[in-house]
Amino acid sequence: MSVPMLDFVPIWTVILGFGVFLYVLLDGFDLGVGILYGFTLNRVSRNLVMNSIAPIWDGNETWLVLGGVGLFAAFPLAFAIIMPAVYFPLLGMLLALAFRGVAFEFRYRDAPHRTFWDYAFCLGSALATFAQGIVLGAFIQGFDVAGRDFAGTSFDCFTPFSLLTGVSLLFGYSLLGAGWLVLKTQGELQEWARRLGRWSFLGVILAIGLVSLFTPLLELEIAFRWFRFPNILYLSPIPILTLLVAIWEWRSLNNRSEIGPFVGAIGLFLLSYLGIAISLWPMIVPYKFTLWEAAASPNTQAFMLVGALFLMPVILMYTGWSYWVFRGKVRADIGYHSSD
Amino acid sequence: MELDPILLSRLQFAWVIAWHILLPAFTIGLASYIALLEALNLATGREVYFRLSTFWTRIFAISFGMGVVSGIVMPFQLGTNWSRFSDATANVLSPLFAYEGLTAFFLEAAFLGVLLFGRGLVPRWAHLVAALMVAGGTLFSAFWILSANSWMQTPAGYEIIDGRFFPQDWLKIIFNPSFPYRLAHTVVAFYITTGFVVIGVGAWYLRRGRFVEEGRSMLSMTLWLLTILVPLQVFLGDAHGLNSVRYQPAKIAAVEARWDSLSAAPLTLFAVPDEKTESNRYALDVPYLGSLILTHDVHGNVRGLKEWPVGERPPVAIPFYAFRVMVGIGLLMLALVVASWWVRASRRLYSSVWFLRCCEFSMPFGFIAVLAGWTVTEVGRQPWTVYGVMRTADSVSPSLTGQNVLISLIAYGVVYLIIFPVGVALMARLVRIGPLAAGMEPDPVEGGRPDLPVRALPTAEPQVLP
Repeated sequence: MSVPMLDFVPIWTVILGFGVFLYVLLDGFDLGVGILYGFTLNRVSRNLVMNSIAPIWDGNETWLVLGGVGLFAAFPLAFAIIMPAVYFPLLGMLLALAFRGVAFEFRYRDAPHRTFWDYAFCLGSALATFAQGIVLGAFIQGFDVAGRDFAGTSFDCFTPFSLLTGVSLLFGYSLLGAGWLVLKTQGELQEWARRLGRWSFLGVILAIGLVSLFTPLLELEIAFRWFRFPNILYLSPIPILTLLVAIWEWRSLNNRSEIGPFVGAIGLFLLSYLGIAISLWPMIVPYKFTLWEAAASPNTQAFMLVGALFLMPVILMYTGWSYWVFRGKVRADIGYHSSD
Repeated sequence: MELDPILLSRLQFAWVIAWHILLPAFTIGLASYIALLEALNLATGREVYFRLSTFWTRIFAISFGMGVVSGIVMPFQLGTNWSRFSDATANVLSPLFAYEGLTAFFLEAAFLGVLLFGRGLVPRWAHLVAALMVAGGTLFSAFWILSANSWMQTPAGYEIIDGRFFPQDWLKIIFNPSFPYRLAHTVVAFYITTGFVVIGVGAWYLRRGRFVEEGRSMLSMTLWLLTILVPLQVFLGDAHGLNSVRYQPAKIAAVEARWDSLSAAPLTLFAVPDEKTESNRYALDVPYLGSLILTHDVHGNVRGLKEWPVGERPPVAIPFYAFRVMVGIGLLMLALVVASWWVRASRRLYSSVWFLRCCEFSMPFGFIAVLAGWTVTEVGRQPWTVYGVMRTADSVSPSLTGQNVLISLIAYGVVYLIIFPVGVALMARLVRIGPLAAGMEPDPVEGGRPDLPVRALPTAEPQVLP
């Protein structure tokens, strides 16, 4: 091979890890907004809630494609084992996302069936979230592997633990969504978002507690990693920071802070993400294959890196730009610029 | 009956990709058409191009959205149902998919926003640039995805280590032997598909006396374009066929339902191929024509299916019939184009009722031909996923049972049958509303997406969604 034997695995780990986290944050808050949409009180607020994510949701969702293709490209063995293992959650997620995605377009272009597409939007968001949570739980639990194949059945991924992570993610995305709505709305609607945010927060705290309790019980190595001396000293900032961010998040939801709830929710996600990464490192197919064992050939990783290093910053820049263009509060009267 | 996860997975892949392929078949041509309209508007200043561009951009937005939604499903299919294929080919194929995703993301998504929402925000030349970038992005996507598809048909530039493919030469992988032909044939097919939709819509307006200026522009411009593209496509199809004769002779033998190798082979116009008896029933043959088409020599040797063991032959009936559907549609298209010269010469292009009706009737032609052609090439690739190297039977995820795949196939079936017809109905509704004069109506696509739902929905009557 003409490519020098440079180790591209850490680079691709960072790119993929960053991409997945960005997906979780971005589509997380708009899926969360979709879940909260089911609790809206009237049509005006439904319109505003939907407007708050209408210009950006599809950009958020395309990170899922990059995540999927990225895993296929950088760590193909993990792709080949994990995807069939979570066959039904992925099926549910893809169909729910499809329904939810077209609901955006169809809801207001297809006036007679508005109610149906309203349901499609809310339930699609919830099902996609729940399915992603199950994928996460199944991933943490690990897979039954023989050779280079997934050796279990397509129903193995449904366990009490993965159902717990599924419900956890519902609360997590709802909290992100509530944070986003507090940022983008005002008045009564903002109060409503704060109220739902507080409920979501309680669910999130319970979920983080339960998952943190159960994860070390799944695998002895994880328990060792966190509680053995001196690791417990190095790693203690994670739970302590989580506690501090949680307190700050609760205060932000209760005081007048506009951006606090969203930032706090991002903080809680980041710390949970780091916690999972620390537990599983350096596994990409937990407890079976490391990142290095599952990596694509160096030649492949090098060829892709050329494009990724050039295009990723551009994609990030215009993503940021589109958020900038649609900044500020959504208001009910904006749409009437030419008819009022 | 035993449920076969391989067959069901193939059916599922065929189902989700068949729906998905219809959207790029339309949007790739449409993106270029919109860019052309923007350029013409800028060059001539004629408002009709502006109205047409705005009109088609609205339709583009819906079909592009549906393309994204059905496209997200595709990479996951590879992992969930074809995990062994993914594991074996990832080192070679994954960068092509990754580049498809990245370039699509980069050019289409980035500039689509400007194209859709930026009419009032940016100068017209910048809007044209955005339209060109979106068109370029769709073509880049086609480039990478067809490169991957072609590599599965005519693999090159790889070595096999421990049963897995490893890259040796990226240029040979990307520009594998069938790729240039497939790319040209497919992109032109997509342009033609869009063209027939545009003339169908234009003819419909003309026959009803609505939006006459727009209808004339659509019909006239597009028929000139088709005058070039349809004959070009016949030539490209022939070249692609010769390429397949060289690299995938078994596929061609199935397409022609040719069982015995022959020199001076006839062309079988119609038959009922029987795989059990290895012969054709009710065959309607034209002498020498088979050799003439496939080798450009009336005495050329055409290889028959019996040269391959039964386990290495593709199914015969499906490629055979699908090919005849594709060519039949192609001939109808050619006839319509020739007819258009005649009505144009006699100055009845915009008034001849039978011609306008034919144009309307031909709207779905491109889609049918694309699906038929795609069926020929993919079913003709069987029983391989990587032609001659990796079998379809060895590509499927080993953990899947027939029952698993049956459940997912039914789910995809139901959901797609809800989503796609509604999408088509919405596009048809936009066509019925028609292109409006600029400034007459607030363009729902213009002026920022967050405004849309608010304007489109009544804001009174509070109502609780339980």
